Amino acid sequence: MLPRSQIVLLISLITAGIISASSSRIDDYILDVILGIGINIILAVSLNLINGFTGQFSLGHAGFMAVGAYAAGTLTTGPGKVWFDASGASPALLFPFVLFAGGLTAAVVGLAVGAPSLRLKGDYLAIVTLGFGEIIKVILQNIEWLGGSRGMVGIPSYTSFFWCFGAAAVTIYAAWALVNSTLGRGFLAVADDEIAAEAMGLNTTRYKIIAFVTGAFFAGIAGGLYAHLKGYISPAGFDFNKSIEIVVMVILGGMGRHVGVVIAVVLLTVLSEKLRDFGDKRMIVYSALLILLMLTRPQGLFTWKPARKAITG
Amino acid sequence: MVEIRNLTVAYGAVTALHKISLTVNAGEIVTLIGGNGAGKSTTLRAISGLIRPRSGKIMYQGTDVTGVPAHELVARGLSHCPEGRLVFANLTVDENLRLGAYLQRDRKRIAEELDFVLTLFPRLSERTTQLAGTLSGGEQQMLAIARALMSQPRCLLLDEPSLGIAPLLVKSIFDQIVALNRTRGLTILLVEQNANLALEISHRGYVLETGRIILSDHAAALRSNPDVQEAYLGA
Ligand SMILES: Nc1ncnc2c1ncn2[C@@H]1O[C@H](COP(=O)(O)OP(=O)(O)OP(=O)(O)O)[C@@H](O)[C@H]1O
Ligand SMILES: [Mg+2]
Repeated sequence: MLPRSQIVLLISLITAGIISASSSRIDDYILDVILGIGINIILAVSLNLINGFTGQFSLGHAGFMAVGAYAAGTLTTGPGKVWFDASGASPALLFPFVLFAGGLTAAVVGLAVGAPSLRLKGDYLAIVTLGFGEIIKVILQNIEWLGGSRGMVGIPSYTSFFWCFGAAAVTIYAAWALVNSTLGRGFLAVADDEIAAEAMGLNTTRYKIIAFVTGAFFAGIAGGLYAHLKGYISPAGFDFNKSIEIVVMVILGGMGRHVGVVIAVVLLTVLSEKLRDFGDKRMIVYSALLILLMLTRPQGLFTWKPARKAITG
Repeated sequence: MVEIRNLTVAYGAVTALHKISLTVNAGEIVTLIGGNGAGKSTTLRAISGLIRPRSGKIMYQGTDVTGVPAHELVARGLSHCPEGRLVFANLTVDENLRLGAYLQRDRKRIAEELDFVLTLFPRLSERTTQLAGTLSGGEQQMLAIARALMSQPRCLLLDEPSLGIAPLLVKSIFDQIVALNRTRGLTILLVEQNANLALEISHRGYVLETGRIILSDHAAALRSNPDVQEAYLGA
Protein backbone atom coordinates (compact mmCIF):
# COMPACT_ATOMS: atom_id res chain seq x y z
CA MET A 1 0.00 0.00 0.00
CA LEU A 2 1.36 3.36 -1.02
CA PRO A 3 1.35 6.25 1.44
CA ARG A 4 -1.57 8.60 0.97
CA SER A 5 0.53 11.42 -0.48
CA GLN A 6 1.82 9.15 -3.22
CA ILE A 7 -1.70 8.01 -4.05
CA VAL A 8 -2.73 11.65 -4.38
CA LEU A 9 0.22 12.21 -6.71
CA LEU A 10 -0.73 9.20 -8.80
CA ILE A 11 -4.36 10.31 -9.07
CA SER A 12 -3.22 13.80 -10.08
CA LEU A 13 -1.01 12.36 -12.80
CA ILE A 14 -3.78 10.15 -14.15
CA THR A 15 -6.23 13.07 -14.10
CA ALA A 16 -3.70 15.21 -15.95
CA GLY A 17 -3.36 12.45 -18.52
CA ILE A 18 -7.11 12.15 -19.02
CA ILE A 19 -7.61 15.91 -19.37
CA SER A 20 -4.61 16.05 -21.67
CA ALA A 21 -6.11 13.45 -23.99
CA SER A 22 -9.14 15.63 -24.57
CA SER A 23 -7.37 18.99 -24.42
CA SER A 24 -7.94 19.59 -28.13
CA ARG A 25 -11.51 20.39 -27.23
CA ILE A 26 -10.40 23.30 -25.02
CA ASP A 27 -10.18 26.72 -26.65
CA ASP A 28 -6.56 27.47 -27.63
CA TYR A 29 -6.33 30.73 -25.77
CA ILE A 30 -7.83 29.29 -22.61
CA LEU A 31 -5.56 26.26 -22.79
CA ASP A 32 -2.61 28.59 -23.12
CA VAL A 33 -3.63 30.44 -19.98
CA ILE A 34 -4.23 27.18 -18.12
CA LEU A 35 -0.81 25.83 -19.06
CA GLY A 36 0.66 29.18 -17.98
CA ILE A 37 -0.92 28.58 -14.61
CA GLY A 38 0.69 25.15 -14.40
CA ILE A 39 4.11 26.62 -15.13
CA ASN A 40 3.61 29.38 -12.60
CA ILE A 41 2.60 26.81 -9.99
CA ILE A 42 5.93 25.06 -10.49
CA LEU A 43 7.77 28.38 -10.22
CA ALA A 44 5.93 29.59 -7.13
CA VAL A 45 5.95 26.31 -5.24
CA SER A 46 9.67 25.88 -5.84
CA LEU A 47 10.44 29.47 -4.84
CA ASN A 48 8.36 28.90 -1.73
CA LEU A 49 10.89 26.28 -0.63
CA ILE A 50 13.55 28.98 -0.60
CA ASN A 51 11.68 32.14 0.37
CA GLY A 52 8.93 30.59 2.44
CA PHE A 53 10.07 27.48 4.22
CA THR A 54 13.76 28.22 4.54
CA GLY A 55 13.36 31.95 5.09
CA GLN A 56 15.89 33.07 2.51
CA PHE A 57 15.14 35.70 -0.08
CA SER A 58 15.82 34.91 -3.70
CA LEU A 59 15.08 37.45 -6.41
CA GLY A 60 16.45 35.45 -9.30
CA HIS A 61 13.95 32.73 -10.00
CA ALA A 62 13.34 33.96 -13.56
CA GLY A 63 17.07 33.56 -14.14
CA PHE A 64 16.92 29.86 -13.33
CA MET A 65 13.84 29.57 -15.47
CA ALA A 66 15.84 31.10 -18.32
CA VAL A 67 18.67 28.63 -17.82
CA GLY A 68 16.22 25.72 -17.96
CA ALA A 69 14.41 27.15 -20.95
CA TYR A 70 17.58 27.67 -22.93
CA ALA A 71 19.09 24.34 -21.93
CA ALA A 72 15.93 22.49 -22.98
CA GLY A 73 15.61 24.61 -26.12
CA THR A 74 19.19 23.85 -27.06
CA LEU A 75 18.38 20.14 -27.05
CA THR A 76 15.23 20.27 -29.15
CA THR A 77 15.89 23.29 -31.34
CA GLY A 78 19.46 24.49 -30.96
CA PRO A 79 22.68 22.56 -31.59
CA GLY A 80 21.35 19.54 -29.68
CA LYS A 81 18.67 19.00 -32.28
CA VAL A 82 21.03 16.88 -34.37
CA TRP A 83 21.37 14.42 -31.55
CA PHE A 84 17.69 14.70 -30.75
CA ASP A 85 16.69 13.75 -34.30
CA ALA A 86 19.34 11.09 -34.67
CA SER A 87 18.10 9.21 -31.62
CA GLY A 88 15.05 8.22 -33.60
CA ALA A 89 12.92 8.11 -30.47
CA SER A 90 9.62 9.91 -30.45
CA PRO A 91 9.78 13.48 -29.18
CA ALA A 92 7.05 12.77 -26.67
CA LEU A 93 9.28 10.14 -25.12
CA LEU A 94 12.36 12.33 -25.08
CA PHE A 95 10.64 15.43 -23.76
CA PRO A 96 10.77 14.48 -20.06
CA PHE A 97 14.51 13.95 -20.39
CA VAL A 98 14.83 17.32 -22.08
CA LEU A 99 12.96 18.92 -19.18
CA PHE A 100 15.11 17.06 -16.68
CA ALA A 101 18.26 18.25 -18.44
CA GLY A 102 16.96 21.81 -18.22
CA GLY A 103 16.25 21.39 -14.52
CA LEU A 104 19.65 19.86 -13.90
CA THR A 105 21.44 22.70 -15.70
CA ALA A 106 19.51 25.23 -13.63
CA ALA A 107 20.38 23.30 -10.46
CA VAL A 108 24.10 23.35 -11.29
CA VAL A 109 23.95 27.07 -11.97
CA GLY A 110 21.96 27.43 -8.73
CA LEU A 111 24.71 25.70 -6.81
CA ALA A 112 27.33 28.02 -8.31
CA VAL A 113 25.27 31.11 -7.52
CA GLY A 114 23.95 30.02 -4.14
CA ALA A 115 26.91 28.33 -2.49
CA PRO A 116 29.06 31.42 -1.92
CA SER A 117 26.27 33.70 -0.75
CA LEU A 118 24.40 31.14 1.37
CA ARG A 119 27.50 30.68 3.51
CA LEU A 120 26.85 34.13 4.88
CA LYS A 121 24.03 35.09 7.16
CA GLY A 122 21.95 38.06 6.16
CA ASP A 123 20.46 39.43 3.00
CA TYR A 124 23.32 38.67 0.65
CA LEU A 125 21.25 36.16 -1.28
CA ALA A 126 18.76 38.82 -2.38
CA ILE A 127 21.56 40.98 -3.76
CA VAL A 128 23.41 38.13 -5.42
CA THR A 129 20.31 36.62 -7.04
CA LEU A 130 19.20 40.05 -8.19
CA GLY A 131 22.57 40.45 -9.90
CA PHE A 132 22.43 36.91 -11.25
CA GLY A 133 19.07 37.57 -12.93
CA GLU A 134 20.54 40.52 -14.80
CA ILE A 135 23.83 38.82 -15.62
CA ILE A 136 22.23 35.71 -17.08
CA LYS A 137 20.15 37.95 -19.32
CA VAL A 138 23.24 39.76 -20.61
CA ILE A 139 25.09 36.49 -21.11
CA LEU A 140 22.23 34.99 -23.12
CA GLN A 141 21.94 38.16 -25.20
CA ASN A 142 25.54 37.71 -26.23
CA ILE A 143 25.56 34.05 -27.14
CA GLU A 144 25.01 34.06 -30.87
CA TRP A 145 24.25 30.35 -31.31
CA LEU A 146 21.41 30.71 -28.80
CA GLY A 147 19.93 33.48 -30.88
CA GLY A 148 21.42 36.42 -29.00
CA SER A 149 18.95 39.10 -28.06
CA ARG A 150 16.65 38.00 -30.89
CA GLY A 151 16.01 34.85 -28.92
CA MET A 152 15.42 31.26 -29.93
CA VAL A 153 12.59 30.65 -32.36
CA GLY A 154 10.81 27.65 -33.78
CA ILE A 155 10.81 25.60 -30.61
CA PRO A 156 8.45 22.65 -31.10
CA SER A 157 5.35 22.68 -28.91
CA TYR A 158 5.84 19.58 -26.83
CA THR A 159 4.32 21.06 -23.70
CA SER A 160 1.02 19.28 -23.32
CA PHE A 161 -1.43 19.51 -20.49
CA PHE A 162 -0.07 16.25 -19.13
CA TRP A 163 3.59 17.29 -18.99
CA CYS A 164 2.72 20.67 -17.59
CA PHE A 165 0.43 19.57 -14.79
CA GLY A 166 2.27 16.30 -14.32
CA ALA A 167 5.38 18.33 -13.59
CA ALA A 168 3.36 20.68 -11.37
CA ALA A 169 2.00 17.71 -9.40
CA VAL A 170 5.49 16.27 -9.01
CA THR A 171 6.79 19.66 -7.87
CA ILE A 172 4.09 20.02 -5.24
CA TYR A 173 4.63 16.45 -4.11
CA ALA A 174 8.41 16.91 -3.91
CA ALA A 175 8.07 20.18 -2.00
CA TRP A 176 5.55 18.64 0.34
CA ALA A 177 7.62 15.53 0.97
CA LEU A 178 10.76 17.57 1.49
CA VAL A 179 9.17 19.92 3.98
CA ASN A 180 7.68 17.05 5.96
CA SER A 181 10.92 15.13 6.17
CA THR A 182 13.74 15.48 8.67
CA LEU A 183 15.38 17.70 6.11
CA GLY A 184 12.29 19.92 6.12
CA ARG A 185 12.44 20.34 9.86
CA GLY A 186 15.93 21.65 9.23
CA PHE A 187 14.55 24.15 6.69
CA LEU A 188 11.97 25.40 9.17
CA ALA A 189 14.58 25.67 11.90
CA VAL A 190 16.84 27.73 9.65
CA ALA A 191 13.93 30.01 8.81
CA ASP A 192 13.01 30.34 12.46
CA ASP A 193 16.41 31.06 13.93
CA GLU A 194 19.62 30.47 12.10
CA ILE A 195 21.91 30.92 15.10
CA ALA A 196 19.91 28.52 17.23
CA ALA A 197 19.81 26.03 14.37
CA GLU A 198 23.57 26.25 14.08
CA ALA A 199 23.92 25.75 17.81
CA MET A 200 21.76 22.62 17.53
CA GLY A 201 24.29 21.06 15.24
CA LEU A 202 22.57 21.86 11.96
CA ASN A 203 24.85 22.73 9.12
CA THR A 204 22.66 25.66 8.15
CA THR A 205 24.61 26.39 4.98
CA ARG A 206 23.87 22.89 3.76
CA TYR A 207 20.13 23.22 4.34
CA LYS A 208 19.98 26.58 2.65
CA ILE A 209 21.87 25.22 -0.35
CA ILE A 210 19.66 22.13 -0.61
CA ALA A 211 16.52 24.29 -0.60
CA PHE A 212 18.01 26.76 -3.05
CA VAL A 213 19.29 24.19 -5.53
CA THR A 214 16.03 22.22 -5.40
CA GLY A 215 14.16 25.45 -6.08
CA ALA A 216 16.44 26.24 -9.02
CA PHE A 217 15.96 22.73 -10.40
CA PHE A 218 12.20 23.07 -10.59
CA ALA A 219 12.47 26.60 -11.98
CA GLY A 220 14.57 25.05 -14.75
CA ILE A 221 11.84 22.49 -15.42
CA ALA A 222 9.32 25.32 -15.61
CA GLY A 223 11.61 27.07 -18.08
CA GLY A 224 11.73 24.03 -20.34
CA LEU A 225 7.94 23.76 -20.27
CA TYR A 226 7.61 27.45 -21.00
CA ALA A 227 9.94 27.28 -24.00
CA HIS A 228 8.03 24.37 -25.50
CA LEU A 229 4.72 26.05 -24.83
CA LYS A 230 5.44 29.45 -26.36
CA GLY A 231 7.69 28.18 -29.14
CA TYR A 232 9.84 31.24 -28.72
CA ILE A 233 12.11 32.48 -25.94
CA SER A 234 14.23 35.58 -25.59
CA PRO A 235 16.44 36.81 -22.75
CA ALA A 236 14.15 39.79 -22.16
CA GLY A 237 11.29 37.44 -21.28
CA PHE A 238 13.10 36.32 -18.13
CA ASP A 239 13.67 39.70 -16.58
CA PHE A 240 13.40 41.12 -13.11
CA ASN A 241 9.66 41.64 -13.55
CA LYS A 242 9.15 37.91 -14.01
CA SER A 243 11.12 37.20 -10.81
CA ILE A 244 9.07 39.73 -8.92
CA GLU A 245 5.88 38.22 -10.28
CA ILE A 246 6.84 34.87 -8.75
CA VAL A 247 7.84 36.50 -5.46
CA VAL A 248 4.45 38.23 -5.33
CA MET A 249 2.70 34.90 -5.85
CA VAL A 250 4.60 33.37 -2.95
CA ILE A 251 3.94 36.30 -0.64
CA LEU A 252 0.31 36.56 -1.65
CA GLY A 253 -0.16 32.87 -1.05
CA GLY A 254 1.39 33.15 2.38
CA MET A 255 5.03 32.20 2.58
CA GLY A 256 5.54 28.65 3.62
CA ARG A 257 2.11 27.37 2.58
CA HIS A 258 1.52 25.11 -0.38
CA VAL A 259 -2.22 25.47 -0.97
CA GLY A 260 -2.29 29.24 -0.54
CA VAL A 261 0.48 29.61 -3.08
CA VAL A 262 -1.36 27.53 -5.66
CA ILE A 263 -4.50 29.64 -5.20
CA ALA A 264 -2.46 32.84 -5.49
CA VAL A 265 -0.90 31.60 -8.72
CA VAL A 266 -4.27 30.91 -10.30
CA LEU A 267 -5.61 34.27 -9.23
CA LEU A 268 -2.59 36.29 -10.29
CA THR A 269 -2.13 34.53 -13.61
CA VAL A 270 -5.75 35.23 -14.52
CA LEU A 271 -5.50 38.78 -13.19
CA SER A 272 -2.36 39.46 -15.20
CA GLU A 273 -4.11 38.15 -18.32
CA LYS A 274 -6.97 40.57 -17.66
CA LEU A 275 -4.49 43.40 -17.11
CA ARG A 276 -2.71 42.73 -20.38
CA ASP A 277 -4.48 45.70 -21.99
CA PHE A 278 -2.78 48.02 -19.53
CA GLY A 279 0.64 46.99 -20.84
CA ASP A 280 3.42 48.48 -18.78
CA LYS A 281 1.04 49.69 -16.11
CA ARG A 282 0.56 46.09 -15.11
CA MET A 283 3.65 46.29 -12.97
CA ILE A 284 2.25 49.30 -11.15
CA VAL A 285 -0.79 47.28 -10.18
CA TYR A 286 1.45 44.45 -9.10
CA SER A 287 3.62 46.70 -6.96
CA ALA A 288 0.63 48.40 -5.41
CA LEU A 289 -0.83 45.01 -4.61
CA LEU A 290 2.39 43.90 -2.98
CA ILE A 291 2.69 47.01 -0.82
CA LEU A 292 -0.93 46.85 0.21
CA LEU A 293 -0.53 43.23 1.15
CA MET A 294 2.60 43.79 3.22
CA LEU A 295 0.77 46.46 5.16
CA THR A 296 -2.51 44.70 5.72
CA ARG A 297 -1.82 41.00 5.65
CA PRO A 298 1.84 40.22 6.21
CA GLN A 299 0.88 36.58 6.72
CA GLY A 300 -0.45 36.32 3.16
CA LEU A 301 -3.85 36.58 1.60
CA PHE A 302 -4.88 32.97 1.67
CA THR A 303 -3.95 31.91 5.15
CA TRP A 304 -7.18 31.08 6.82
CA LYS A 305 -5.42 29.11 9.51
CA PRO A 306 -1.96 29.07 11.02
CA ALA A 307 0.71 27.39 8.94
CA ARG A 308 0.91 24.55 11.34
CA LYS A 309 -1.65 23.47 13.81
CA ALA A 310 -0.97 24.28 17.41
CA ILE A 311 -2.88 22.55 20.12
CA THR A 312 -3.56 24.93 22.92
CA GLY A 313 -4.24 24.09 26.51
CA MET B 1 37.90 19.43 28.60
CA VAL B 2 37.80 22.99 27.24
CA GLU B 3 40.88 25.12 27.18
CA ILE B 4 41.23 28.49 25.55
CA ARG B 5 44.51 30.32 25.15
CA ASN B 6 45.00 34.00 24.35
CA LEU B 7 41.67 34.22 22.64
CA THR B 8 40.86 37.46 20.88
CA VAL B 9 37.44 37.95 19.34
CA ALA B 10 36.23 41.05 17.54
CA TYR B 11 32.98 42.14 15.94
CA GLY B 12 34.20 44.36 13.14
CA ALA B 13 36.20 47.11 14.76
CA VAL B 14 34.98 46.31 18.28
CA THR B 15 37.24 43.94 20.15
CA ALA B 16 35.04 41.98 22.56
CA LEU B 17 37.69 39.68 24.04
CA HIS B 18 41.34 40.56 24.60
CA LYS B 19 43.60 37.52 24.80
CA ILE B 20 41.64 35.66 27.41
CA SER B 21 42.62 32.21 28.67
CA LEU B 22 40.54 29.81 30.68
CA THR B 23 40.19 26.13 31.39
CA VAL B 24 37.23 23.93 32.19
CA ASN B 25 38.17 20.47 33.41
CA ALA B 26 36.05 17.42 32.76
CA GLY B 27 33.31 17.05 35.37
CA GLU B 28 33.53 20.64 36.55
CA ILE B 29 30.96 23.38 36.74
CA VAL B 30 32.71 26.64 35.96
CA THR B 31 31.03 30.01 36.11
CA LEU B 32 31.85 33.09 34.09
CA ILE B 33 30.71 36.25 35.80
CA GLY B 34 30.89 39.82 34.61
CA GLY B 35 28.83 42.89 33.89
CA ASN B 36 26.82 43.60 30.77
CA GLY B 37 28.90 43.59 27.65
CA ALA B 38 31.89 42.04 29.40
CA GLY B 39 32.13 39.39 26.71
CA LYS B 40 30.63 36.36 28.45
CA SER B 41 28.30 35.37 25.63
CA THR B 42 31.05 36.07 23.15
CA THR B 43 33.29 33.60 24.97
CA LEU B 44 30.66 30.89 24.73
CA ARG B 45 29.97 31.66 21.08
CA ALA B 46 33.64 31.38 20.26
CA ILE B 47 33.97 28.03 22.04
CA SER B 48 30.92 26.56 20.31
CA GLY B 49 32.10 27.73 16.91
CA LEU B 50 29.33 30.25 16.27
CA ILE B 51 31.92 32.96 15.75
CA ARG B 52 35.49 32.74 14.55
CA PRO B 53 38.12 34.15 16.85
CA ARG B 54 40.56 36.68 15.48
CA SER B 55 43.47 34.98 17.18
CA GLY B 56 44.22 32.49 19.90
CA LYS B 57 43.48 28.85 20.32
CA ILE B 58 40.53 26.75 21.49
CA MET B 59 41.12 23.18 22.59
CA TYR B 60 38.31 20.71 23.15
CA GLN B 61 39.01 17.25 24.52
CA GLY B 62 42.65 17.68 23.76
CA THR B 63 42.31 18.67 20.11
CA ASP B 64 42.56 22.07 18.52
CA VAL B 65 39.06 23.10 17.41
CA THR B 66 39.75 26.74 16.55
CA GLY B 67 37.61 27.62 13.54
CA VAL B 68 35.69 24.34 13.56
CA PRO B 69 32.04 25.13 12.75
CA ALA B 70 29.35 24.69 15.40
CA HIS B 71 27.61 21.73 13.80
CA GLU B 72 30.77 19.65 13.92
CA LEU B 73 31.33 20.43 17.57
CA VAL B 74 27.80 19.38 18.46
CA ALA B 75 28.60 16.02 16.92
CA ARG B 76 31.59 15.82 19.26
CA GLY B 77 29.47 16.37 22.34
CA LEU B 78 29.67 20.12 22.82
CA SER B 79 26.29 21.76 23.22
CA HIS B 80 25.53 25.45 23.49
CA CYS B 81 22.33 26.76 25.00
CA PRO B 82 22.38 30.32 23.68
CA GLU B 83 21.38 33.48 25.51
CA GLY B 84 17.85 34.76 25.02
CA ARG B 85 16.45 31.25 24.66
CA LEU B 86 16.26 31.24 20.87
CA VAL B 87 13.72 28.46 20.67
CA PHE B 88 12.18 27.77 17.27
CA ALA B 89 8.98 29.71 17.81
CA ASN B 90 7.05 28.21 14.89
CA LEU B 91 7.84 24.63 15.79
CA THR B 92 6.22 22.59 18.52
CA VAL B 93 7.94 21.72 21.78
CA ASP B 94 8.36 18.17 20.54
CA GLU B 95 9.90 19.31 17.25
CA ASN B 96 12.23 21.68 19.06
CA LEU B 97 13.46 18.85 21.23
CA ARG B 98 13.90 16.53 18.28
CA LEU B 99 15.94 19.19 16.50
CA GLY B 100 18.24 19.11 19.50
CA ALA B 101 18.91 15.47 18.67
CA TYR B 102 19.29 16.23 14.99
CA LEU B 103 22.57 14.40 14.62
CA GLN B 104 21.32 11.34 16.46
CA ARG B 105 20.10 8.76 13.95
CA ASP B 106 19.14 6.08 16.46
CA ARG B 107 15.42 6.48 17.12
CA LYS B 108 15.52 4.49 20.32
CA ARG B 109 18.14 6.76 21.83
CA ILE B 110 16.20 9.84 20.76
CA ALA B 111 13.11 8.45 22.51
CA GLU B 112 15.14 7.70 25.64
CA GLU B 113 16.65 11.14 25.69
CA LEU B 114 13.23 12.70 25.11
CA ASP B 115 11.91 10.78 28.11
CA PHE B 116 14.85 11.91 30.16
CA VAL B 117 14.51 15.64 29.47
CA LEU B 118 10.76 15.50 29.91
CA THR B 119 11.14 13.98 33.36
CA LEU B 120 13.69 16.67 34.08
CA PHE B 121 11.20 19.35 33.07
CA PRO B 122 7.70 17.93 33.64
CA ARG B 123 6.10 21.21 32.61
CA LEU B 124 7.28 20.58 29.08
CA SER B 125 5.79 17.11 28.92
CA GLU B 126 2.32 18.60 29.26
CA ARG B 127 3.01 20.88 26.32
CA THR B 128 4.75 18.78 23.69
CA THR B 129 2.36 19.75 20.90
CA GLN B 130 2.25 23.45 21.76
CA LEU B 131 4.13 25.90 19.54
CA ALA B 132 7.30 26.99 21.32
CA GLY B 133 6.56 30.64 20.60
CA THR B 134 3.45 30.42 22.78
CA LEU B 135 5.28 29.08 25.83
CA SER B 136 5.88 31.38 28.77
CA GLY B 137 9.34 32.85 29.15
CA GLY B 138 10.34 30.37 31.83
CA GLU B 139 8.98 27.45 29.86
CA GLN B 140 10.93 28.59 26.82
CA GLN B 141 14.07 28.65 28.91
CA MET B 142 13.41 25.11 30.10
CA LEU B 143 12.85 24.11 26.51
CA ALA B 144 16.12 25.70 25.45
CA ILE B 145 18.01 23.80 28.12
CA ALA B 146 16.17 20.56 27.41
CA ARG B 147 16.87 20.97 23.71
CA ALA B 148 20.55 21.51 24.37
CA LEU B 149 20.57 18.27 26.37
CA MET B 150 18.95 16.30 23.57
CA SER B 151 22.24 15.99 21.74
CA GLN B 152 23.58 14.09 24.77
CA PRO B 153 26.44 16.48 25.32
CA ARG B 154 29.54 15.83 27.36
CA CYS B 155 30.05 19.54 27.75
CA LEU B 156 27.29 22.13 28.05
CA LEU B 157 27.70 25.86 27.54
CA LEU B 158 24.85 27.52 29.34
CA ASP B 159 24.18 31.22 28.79
CA GLU B 160 22.07 32.91 31.47
CA PRO B 161 19.59 30.15 32.22
CA SER B 162 17.88 32.26 34.89
CA LEU B 163 17.15 35.23 32.64
CA GLY B 164 13.58 36.44 33.18
CA ILE B 165 12.56 33.51 35.32
CA ALA B 166 10.73 33.47 38.62
CA PRO B 167 13.09 32.86 41.58
CA LEU B 168 11.44 29.62 42.56
CA LEU B 169 11.88 28.23 39.07
CA VAL B 170 15.48 29.41 38.92
CA LYS B 171 16.13 27.32 41.97
CA SER B 172 14.62 24.28 40.31
CA ILE B 173 16.57 24.81 37.09
CA PHE B 174 19.80 25.14 39.03
CA ASP B 175 18.99 21.97 40.94
CA GLN B 176 18.66 20.19 37.63
CA ILE B 177 21.96 21.59 36.43
CA VAL B 178 23.71 20.28 39.53
CA ALA B 179 21.97 16.93 39.14
CA LEU B 180 23.18 16.63 35.55
CA ASN B 181 26.68 17.37 36.66
CA ARG B 182 26.57 14.83 39.49
CA THR B 183 24.74 11.98 37.78
CA ARG B 184 25.99 12.27 34.23
CA GLY B 185 29.32 13.86 34.87
CA LEU B 186 28.27 16.65 32.51
CA THR B 187 30.88 19.37 32.28
CA ILE B 188 29.27 22.80 32.43
CA LEU B 189 30.47 26.28 31.59
CA LEU B 190 27.88 28.60 33.03
CA VAL B 191 27.30 32.28 32.37
CA GLU B 192 25.05 33.88 34.90
CA GLN B 193 24.02 37.34 36.07
CA ASN B 194 22.90 35.84 39.33
CA ALA B 195 26.50 35.33 40.43
CA ASN B 196 25.61 34.34 43.95
CA LEU B 197 23.55 31.39 42.89
CA ALA B 198 25.96 30.42 40.13
CA LEU B 199 28.99 30.38 42.41
CA GLU B 200 27.04 28.36 44.93
CA ILE B 201 26.81 25.43 42.56
CA SER B 202 30.17 25.91 40.79
CA HIS B 203 33.58 24.48 41.44
CA ARG B 204 35.46 27.44 40.04
CA GLY B 205 34.79 30.80 38.50
CA TYR B 206 36.29 33.48 36.28
CA VAL B 207 35.53 37.17 36.42
CA LEU B 208 35.42 38.92 33.06
CA GLU B 209 35.58 42.67 32.74
CA THR B 210 35.46 44.51 29.40
CA GLY B 211 36.88 41.59 27.53
CA ARG B 212 39.61 40.64 29.98
CA ILE B 213 39.77 38.04 32.72
CA ILE B 214 40.64 39.90 35.87
CA LEU B 215 40.21 37.14 38.42
CA SER B 216 39.91 33.40 38.66
CA ASP B 217 39.58 31.21 41.72
CA HIS B 218 37.64 28.49 43.45
CA ALA B 219 33.99 29.38 43.75
CA ALA B 220 34.09 29.66 47.52
CA ALA B 221 37.10 31.95 47.39
CA LEU B 222 35.41 34.20 44.83
CA ARG B 223 32.33 34.41 46.98
CA SER B 224 34.33 35.63 49.92
CA ASN B 225 36.46 38.01 47.86
CA PRO B 226 35.46 41.55 48.92
CA ASP B 227 35.93 43.01 45.42
CA VAL B 228 33.72 40.37 43.88
CA GLN B 229 31.20 40.79 46.65
CA GLU B 230 31.00 44.48 46.04
CA ALA B 231 30.86 44.33 42.26
CA TYR B 232 28.81 41.22 41.56
CA LEU B 233 27.24 39.80 44.67
CA GLY B 234 25.49 42.94 45.77
CA ALA B 235 27.04 42.82 49.22
N1 LIG C 1 26.97 40.80 16.85
C1 LIG C 1 27.66 41.78 17.43
N2 LIG C 1 28.11 42.83 16.69
C2 LIG C 1 28.82 43.83 17.26
N3 LIG C 1 29.15 43.87 18.55
C3 LIG C 1 28.74 42.86 19.34
C4 LIG C 1 27.97 41.77 18.82
N4 LIG C 1 27.70 40.93 19.84
C5 LIG C 1 28.26 41.47 20.93
N5 LIG C 1 28.90 42.63 20.65
C6 LIG C 1 29.64 43.47 21.59
O1 LIG C 1 30.64 42.69 22.21
C7 LIG C 1 30.73 42.99 23.58
C8 LIG C 1 30.54 41.74 24.41
O2 LIG C 1 29.22 41.27 24.22
P1 LIG C 1 28.65 39.96 24.92
O3 LIG C 1 27.35 39.66 24.32
O4 LIG C 1 29.68 38.91 24.87
O5 LIG C 1 28.47 40.47 26.42
P2 LIG C 1 27.93 39.71 27.69
O6 LIG C 1 29.03 39.67 28.67
O7 LIG C 1 27.31 38.43 27.30
O8 LIG C 1 26.82 40.73 28.19
P3 LIG C 1 25.37 40.46 28.82
O9 LIG C 1 25.58 40.15 30.25
O10 LIG C 1 24.68 41.78 28.69
O11 LIG C 1 24.73 39.38 28.05
C9 LIG C 1 29.67 44.06 23.84
O12 LIG C 1 30.32 45.29 23.86
C10 LIG C 1 28.73 43.96 22.68
O13 LIG C 1 28.18 45.20 22.38
MG1 LIG D 1 25.44 37.72 27.25
